[in-house]
Amino acid sequence: MRVIDAKEIVEAVAKLCMDANYYLPEDVKKALEEAREREDNQIARQVLDEIIENYKIAEREKLPICQDCGTSVFLIELGQDVRIENGYLYDAINEGVRKGYSEGYLRKSMVYDPVIDRKNTGDNTPAVIHLDLVPGDKIKITFCPKGGGSENMSAIKMLSAADGIEGVKRFVIETVRKAGGNPCPPIIVGVGIGGTFEKAAFLAKKAVLRRPLGKHNEDERFARLEDELLEEINKLGIGPMGFGGKTTALAVHIETFPVHIAMMPVAVNINCHAARQKTVII
Amino acid sequence: MRVFKLKTPLKEEDVIDLRAGDRVYLSGKIYTARDMAHRRFMEAIERGEDLPFDIKDQVIFYVGPAPAKPGYVIGPCGPTTSYRMDKYTPILHKLGLRGTIGKGMRGKEVKEALKKYKGVYFVATGGVAALLCKKVKSSRIIAYEDLGTEAVRELEVEDLPLFVGIDTRGNDIYEKALES
Repeated sequence: MRVIDAKEIVEAVAKLCMDANYYLPEDVKKALEEAREREDNQIARQVLDEIIENYKIAEREKLPICQDCGTSVFLIELGQDVRIENGYLYDAINEGVRKGYSEGYLRKSMVYDPVIDRKNTGDNTPAVIHLDLVPGDKIKITFCPKGGGSENMSAIKMLSAADGIEGVKRFVIETVRKAGGNPCPPIIVGVGIGGTFEKAAFLAKKAVLRRPLGKHNEDERFARLEDELLEEINKLGIGPMGFGGKTTALAVHIETFPVHIAMMPVAVNINCHAARQKTVII
Repeated sequence: MRVFKLKTPLKEEDVIDLRAGDRVYLSGKIYTARDMAHRRFMEAIERGEDLPFDIKDQVIFYVGPAPAKPGYVIGPCGPTTSYRMDKYTPILHKLGLRGTIGKGMRGKEVKEALKKYKGVYFVATGGVAALLCKKVKSSRIIAYEDLGTEAVRELEVEDLPLFVGIDTRGNDIYEKALES
């Protein structure tokens, strides 16, 4: 049994919140810079120039890349040989969010009730926490500030087995086409297939967060589907911010799970070009 | 790409020649409002009250800025997705609003209002909030302070980099992109 103090988690999460919002991951930067070189459309180049200049300013001045500092989404892999002392894990995560968003001058976007008065909670809590129990004696915390604009363009559909690979493709392409310029392209497309209604949605989120960007599914059939979907999406011509161009998506990642004989749920989660995330292992 | 430099307030003659896809650098006073502020605008209109500012020939920026760090006039402030305001936009144009700044596609009702009242929908690049906050020279809250980031602010901007999203004839940058 390894003992980890909850205070250590609070501090690590607070730092994660700030760093993830200020510094765009290197693989995303590289993908954006490559896209800039590929585009010959003047408006597309201008948009990508602004995007590149923006993350440089954010990095230099420690400013959030985007004013939408997101829903605080956490993927936590908790080693089963870890015991947390001096507090409850979820409280520590939320305390870290509170501290990071306040000290880091990050925007607080969460409201208490989703329908009626929509009053801001004031500190960006509660976080959305996905906890996995894994072997080992460490905690791996991945934090993603997930913007509302791209999350709103995500979709799920309960397809049937008879829809096959063509059905999956149609739904993914249609979701991206309908989203158009709204989710701040160039986007990252996460596709979750199988499991149940909620499992497919979670797989799609995990797919969006797969790193490095463009790393293929280990099953080569799905790896091929990732390539085909990326090519077809980029043929749509939506382009950076939807103003036209060759780069609508930077990557398509697919995650799958076994499924019931009667089912084939497909979920599509979309991330904007400000694809912020950071991982820490304690 | 044609490039224009404009200063608010914007008269009909200032915007009539703009076409979807043109580059515009906007200076002068603009006003921020997003989801909740629009809800309150509508409630004020229903009650027959004045809006927090005279919207004639003015421009509304759909934004909820991040908090300002010490030494900054405003925190990062990029556009939010505009379609959520579609329901409210035609009535504001009817009352004299000249333009809006946001990102993403607009509905048919907005396009019709832009044609009818000679309004313009400007788009800013989404997610370039750190870059855009450099173009804001002053910021003050003028209404609904309790809404926090969603409060209505009067901003003084200098050369805010925009594109024309939808012009006064209803030409649309997003439709043009898909046609070519």
